[in-house]
Amino acid sequence: MSNIKYSAEHEWIQDNGDGTVLIGITDFAQEQLGDLVFVELPELGTEITKGEEISVIESVKAASDLFAPVDGTVIEVNESLEDEPELINEDAMANWIIKVELTDPSDLDDLMDEDAYNALTEE
Amino acid sequence: MANHDITLQKTPLYTLHQELGAKLVPFAGYEMPVQYPLGIKKEHLHTREKAGLFDVSHMGQIILKGEKAAQALESLVPVDIVDLSIGQQRYALFTNQDGGVMDDLMVTNTGEHLFLVVNAACKEQDINHLKRHLANQCDIHVLDDYALLALQGPKAGEVLAKIAPESSEMRFMTAKTLMLNGVECFVTRSGYTGEDGFEISLPNSQAEALARLLLADDDVEMIGLGARDSLRLEAGLCLYGHELDNDISPVEASLVWALSKARRVDGVRAGGYLGAEVIMSQLANGVSRKRVGLKPQGKMPVRDGAEIVDEKDNVIGVVTSGGFGVSLNSPIAMGYVPSDYAEAGRELNAMVRGKKVPMQVVSLPFVKQNYYRG
Repeated sequence: MSNIKYSAEHEWIQDNGDGTVLIGITDFAQEQLGDLVFVELPELGTEITKGEEISVIESVKAASDLFAPVDGTVIEVNESLEDEPELINEDAMANWIIKVELTDPSDLDDLMDEDAYNALTEE
Repeated sequence: MANHDITLQKTPLYTLHQELGAKLVPFAGYEMPVQYPLGIKKEHLHTREKAGLFDVSHMGQIILKGEKAAQALESLVPVDIVDLSIGQQRYALFTNQDGGVMDDLMVTNTGEHLFLVVNAACKEQDINHLKRHLANQCDIHVLDDYALLALQGPKAGEVLAKIAPESSEMRFMTAKTLMLNGVECFVTRSGYTGEDGFEISLPNSQAEALARLLLADDDVEMIGLGARDSLRLEAGLCLYGHELDNDISPVEASLVWALSKARRVDGVRAGGYLGAEVIMSQLANGVSRKRVGLKPQGKMPVRDGAEIVDEKDNVIGVVTSGGFGVSLNSPIAMGYVPSDYAEAGRELNAMVRGKKVPMQVVSLPFVKQNYYRG
């Protein structure tokens, strides 16, 4: 059983098993966005609500929203992205954006597994 | 996932773009490559370091022929065309009655006719404009079956000289007919990246073969519209529909250099173009807003449409182009601000998603131009 799930908005969500998750964007998403030049990191303590914008990811060409895949509180941000947003282009799965404390761990049940996500991106 | 709309036109390099793995997007009625697998950043840097090949066949190519063609064209542009020597090229603007800009264009005197290159999105309008005003003074011929390739970058001269040694004699803003790959091509030493380079006009049927020959050079990579835009922004050059439109005059756009002396007050052929009164009055009395370069602080890009506010949060202007200066590794932008705020060093703010982003007015271009002036 993988501890990584996926949202329809092309995020991966890693269940740390302690009520927290790491959230990043998928390789498919980074490929679509192209060269990233800026990742807006939310402030610590920000309450996020499923389906709402958390932050903005900018490529050379355009700005794209990052949507919250779960309800929760931002407890950590990946500060290395401030200077090196291109880390996501290099390895999207290894470079998380935010760490979130879940309000309701059952939110994870609504997310896709890898097969379902792959089916979505191959459409 | 691209929406392949059957109404979109294709350039003669379409198959090559697909073969090279281009991401194709609809642009000005054409299906155009926005980037190749290299990606916008590397494509941008490659053009600044070596040479990039751009398909700009979507742009309009028009010939004006006849003894009075130059004189006739002067009724539509505030630029000296009559005295344009053979083999010389000049940047020009189609103005409207109110002194606004209908389009910007390049004009070359080939000796036999005037060769015009206009923006893709404006070409139908420009052709109609030319026909409406000049049809009884000269022949207007649209080169529908001609492609346009731009080879840009510090290595462009070296690359082209391998194919046509006589190209090395050309200086910035001059033109020559050259045999390239056995084909007669009309070549100008110009472009829109701020780098040395050439624009090559040739029959559609020959374009792919020439593109392949140029790409066979180790120094040349195919470059998409994404990098073309970031390169021209770094070069501080106007993009129609952004820095220029029907409501913006060349004086406001900081294009006074493009307004020829011969056509200004006291010039040998003063006025006589659409909107001349407005433009000459602006030259004499100044304008209330101006195009400026803007350098946002930090890493967050400030995109076009962002409002510019003063220290009291009053909206005083707007960003017209904004993105990431790849060579500078920082965000850059251009926009319009009141003339009182236009001096370099002025601190302003842009509003981005409800947040204030400090910016400084800076002089243009952002990256030093590298034209070949001999």
